[in-house]
Amino acid sequence: MAVIAYWEAIRRAHDEELANDPMVIAMGEDIGVAGGTYKATQGLYDKYGPERVIDTPISENSYTGIGIGASMAGMRPIIEIMSINFALLALDTIINAAAKIRYMSGGRVQCPIVIRTPGGTAHQLAAQHSARLARMFMSTAGLRVVTPRGPLDAYGMLKSAVRCNDPVIVIEHEQMYNLKEEVPDEEFFRPLEGAEVVREGEDITLIGYNYSVHLCLEAARRLEADGISAEVIDLRALKPIDRETIRRSVEKTHRVLVAEEDEAPVGVGSEIITGIIEDCFFALDAQPVRIHAADVPVPYAENLEKAAIPDADDVYQGALKVMGRI
Amino acid sequence: MNEADRKRLLREMMFYRRFEDRCFEAYMERKIGGFLHLYSGQEAVATGVLEKARVNRGTDGDYVITGYRDHIHAIKTGAPPREVMAELYGKETGSSRGRGGSMHIFDPTVNFMGGYALVGQPFPLAAGLALACKHKSTDQIAICFLGDGANNQGTFHETMNMASIWDLPVLFVCENNQYAIGTRIDRSTAVTDQYKRMCAYNIEASQHDGMDIDVVMEAAEKAIDYVRGKRRPYFIEFMTYRFRGHSMSDAKGYRTREEEKEWEKRDPIRIFSARLIEEGVITPEDIKAMEKEIDDEIENDIVRFAEESPPPKVEDLTRYVLDDNPDPRWIGPLQK
Ligand SMILES: Cc1ncc(C[n+]2csc(CCOP(=O)(O)OP(=O)(O)O)c2C)c(N)n1
Ligand SMILES: [Mg+2]
Repeated sequence: MAVIAYWEAIRRAHDEELANDPMVIAMGEDIGVAGGTYKATQGLYDKYGPERVIDTPISENSYTGIGIGASMAGMRPIIEIMSINFALLALDTIINAAAKIRYMSGGRVQCPIVIRTPGGTAHQLAAQHSARLARMFMSTAGLRVVTPRGPLDAYGMLKSAVRCNDPVIVIEHEQMYNLKEEVPDEEFFRPLEGAEVVREGEDITLIGYNYSVHLCLEAARRLEADGISAEVIDLRALKPIDRETIRRSVEKTHRVLVAEEDEAPVGVGSEIITGIIEDCFFALDAQPVRIHAADVPVPYAENLEKAAIPDADDVYQGALKVMGRI
Repeated sequence: MNEADRKRLLREMMFYRRFEDRCFEAYMERKIGGFLHLYSGQEAVATGVLEKARVNRGTDGDYVITGYRDHIHAIKTGAPPREVMAELYGKETGSSRGRGGSMHIFDPTVNFMGGYALVGQPFPLAAGLALACKHKSTDQIAICFLGDGANNQGTFHETMNMASIWDLPVLFVCENNQYAIGTRIDRSTAVTDQYKRMCAYNIEASQHDGMDIDVVMEAAEKAIDYVRGKRRPYFIEFMTYRFRGHSMSDAKGYRTREEEKEWEKRDPIRIFSARLIEEGVITPEDIKAMEKEIDDEIENDIVRFAEESPPPKVEDLTRYVLDDNPDPRWIGPLQK
C-alpha cells in the first residue's frame, strides 16, 4: 500500500496497460515530450517511445477520430483531451462515430477507445475552461461514462476502460489531480459499472459523483455533528447508472439529495431524481433536493465564481432543508 | 491486364450500374427507405482504384472506408451484393444486420469499415486505420474515398496534417463530381483543383480523368505502390460526374441539361465497352448477353434474397449498443 496522488494513479494505469498490451497507445496534446498537462503520462514517452505515446497537434476532432479508426482495427488507444471544453470539438467523432459504430454495423465493428478529460471548475479559469458537461455524454447511447472520485478508481477504472470493448469516457477533475489516497501495490481492476456506498447512514442519502462526492462527504461529517446520519453514494458511472444501489439506499433513508457541479437543467440531478420517482416514489418522506451550479457561464471574479459553484456548505444546507431543519 | 480481366471489369461496372438502378426502383416501390445516394456515373473510380488495391483478401486486405454513397465501394471491396441489398431492405441478413441502411454498409470480414453520413468524418477514421497498419508493421494500407465537398470540413485539414507528420500509409481518393448536393464547387471552394490543396501538407498528389477506367487504374496503381512502399499518404483526385441526383429527392435544378449531356458522352461504361469492342475483346452481342445475365443475377439472386430475408427481431432492438457479452472483470458488478 502506498499513498499516491490521482495523477500518479492515472500514470501508473497507463504504464501498466502500455506494458501489458502492445496494441495500447496514448495520444493527446503535450502528453509525450512535455509529460502531460496533469502529468498523467509523465516519463512514458521516454519509456515507450513516440509511436506509443503520441503528441498530437491541436486537432481534437481528428486526433480523437484517428484513435477511433485505430480502435476499429484492433488497437486500444487512450486519448487525453486537455479539458472537457475542448472535447466539444470532438463531439462529432465521439457521439456520431464511436458511440454508434457498433450499432450501425450490426455489432460487427467495435471501438475500444478510452477518452480521458477533466471536467470541472478549478480556480478562476472563467467560462471557457470551467465546463463540466458530463450530461452531454451520459445521454448518448453507445458510450460508457465513468467519474473516478479518487486515486483508487482513477487507477482501477482506467485499467478496466482500456480492457473493455466499448468506448469509455473518463471524466476527471481539474481539482482532483493532487488528491491522495492509499492504493494497493499489486495490480487490480475496478469495474466500470456500479455505484458505491462510500459512507453508511440512516437518515438521508447524499448522492454525488466525481468531485461532488467529496462535498457530500464533508457535508455528512457536519450533519453528524447535528445528529443526522447521512449515507453517501458515489455514482462512479453516469452511464449506465446503477439505479438499484440508489433505490436500496432511499428505501432505507427515505430522504435524498443529489449534488452536482454542473448546471441543473437536464443534468445528473434531474436524471437521478426521476429514476428515484420511477423506482421508489412511495419510499420518499420529503421532497428531494438538487444542489447544482447557477445557470450561468462560469464567471471569473473570485466571489462570483464561488457563488456560481456549489460547495460543501451548499450540500450541508440542502440536506438540512430535506430534513426539515430549515 | 489480360482480356478476361478486362471483360470482367466491364461486367463489374455494368453490374454496379444495374445494381444502383435496381435500388432506385426498389426505393420507388418503397422497399428501401431513408436516404439513398447512388453511384451511377462514377463507377470507374471505385472499380479502377480498388482493382489495384488489395481487396477481397479477408482481414489481410487493405482497409476501405467512405461516405454515404457506399454500396459499390463495399461490393468491390468484397461485401456480398446480396447482403448489401438486404441491408437496404432493412433485413437481418444485411451487411449491418439491418441496423445501418444505405449509408452505413460495413463488412469487416473484408476490411470494409463503413459508410458514414457525416461529411468528412471518415478522414480521421481512415488515418486511424492506417495508424493501426503502421503500428502492426503490416504492409496493408487504408483507402478513403470521399467527395469534393468533404474537403471543406475541418477534418480534411486536420487529418492531412497528421497523416503527413506521422507518415501514415493512407490513400485519399477524392471523387470530384464538382457538386456538393446542389452547390457547384467554384461557389464553395477557393481552390477548385483539389490536389493543389495538398501542398499545404507536404503530401504527394495528382489529378486524373475519373471517367476512363484505364486512366484510373494506371494512376491508382502508382499511388497505391507509393503508399504501400513509401509508407506515406497520397492524395489522388479523379474528375467525375454523378448521373443521378444527389439522393432521391433531388430535382437537379442547379445544373443544366447541356452539362449533363456533355458528361454522359463520357459515361465510363460507354468509354470502356467501346474500347473493348475496338480491341476485339468483346462484341456488342456479348455485352447484350452480359446485360441479361446481370439482370438475372440481380433479380433472381440478389433482390430475391433481400425480399425473402426476415427483418431484425424487435426483441433485439437493444443488442449491439454496447458489447453484449462483456467481461465482468471490467464491467462489474462492484464487489462490496
Ligand atoms: C457534417 C455534414 N454536413 C452536412 C451534411 C449534408 N450533406 C450530405 S451530402 C452533402 C454534400 C457532400 O458533397 P461531396 O462531399 O462532394 O460528396 P458527393 O455527394 O458529391 O459524393 C451534404 C452537404 C452531412 N451529411 N454532414
Ligand atoms: Mg461532390
